[in-house]
Amino acid sequence: MEALSIEGTAKTPSVKFDGQEGVIEIKGRSIPENSIEFYKPLVEWLEQYSGSPMDLTQVNVQLEYFNTSSSKCILDVFKKLEAIHKGKSEVIINWYYEEDDEDMLEAGEDYESIIRVPFKMIEIVE
Amino acid sequence: MSFDINEYYSRLNGGDVLMAFKGSISSELISNVLEVVESKMDEYSESSKIRKKVYNVLVESLQNLYHHIEVLPDEMQKMFDDKFGILVVSRQDDKYKISTGNFIGQDKVDVLRNKIDKINSMTREELKDMYKFILNHQRLSEKGGGGLGLVDIARKTGNQLDYTFEKFDDTYYFFNLDVFIDL
Repeated sequence: MEALSIEGTAKTPSVKFDGQEGVIEIKGRSIPENSIEFYKPLVEWLEQYSGSPMDLTQVNVQLEYFNTSSSKCILDVFKKLEAIHKGKSEVIINWYYEEDDEDMLEAGEDYESIIRVPFKMIEIVE
Repeated sequence: MSFDINEYYSRLNGGDVLMAFKGSISSELISNVLEVVESKMDEYSESSKIRKKVYNVLVESLQNLYHHIEVLPDEMQKMFDDKFGILVVSRQDDKYKISTGNFIGQDKVDVLRNKIDKINSMTREELKDMYKFILNHQRLSEKGGGGLGLVDIARKTGNQLDYTFEKFDDTYYFFNLDVFIDL
């Protein structure tokens, strides 16, 4: 299936979803006033991908900031991944956070406690 | 005498003010404010931990305004811009202060007051549980607000949310919220 690629802006993250490689990346800032619009194509892409996923899907989430409006949409993305993980294929979510950013680590742990997919917390050391 | 917005606004302008604004709270305005405050924090050589906290809390404060500002009746629209709100970001010796203000219908005052009082009474653990519950169970509104903003602010700052409701006229109050981020 076709890859999904979106350039980042001051308020929205860059997105690279590659179905052939089974690699999904969200990076940057996610602080739009209305996040539903932005995340809709991401959720739709995953919906399609879940029909024939790779044996292993690696998910890299490396956000500098995200607002509470995005937090629900990110959960929707993770719920799609959870559905894939429940099937025959494996999903791993790599959650990146900067070394002194306890809030971002805690946000990752919040998701980890809600979503039944293995998380790997990865500290970025400058 | 009704509540005097200008007097209140000038009172907020104490300390080291990074940004003060009153007027229409638009998406563009939010982008501009974030950019200005971010570069000012660079000038203060704030640690990245503080910069992130202030930025995060500022985003939520502004977007709370953006999502919840009410459409004012005609006679008030002559006095105030559409989507009227107030924002002051200042830095004191040991903390940042983010003040926001907006009109709120009298009928909504009690609900908001109860919500903030409840948040202020909660422990860190309780706030975390409440955040996760709302995250997992409440849908986003059409405008994109999710009812998580104040809980998130309380969690990230670890401080009480200070607020006042000043009576403006028979149907409107002016809601002021002060949020503190310790240095």
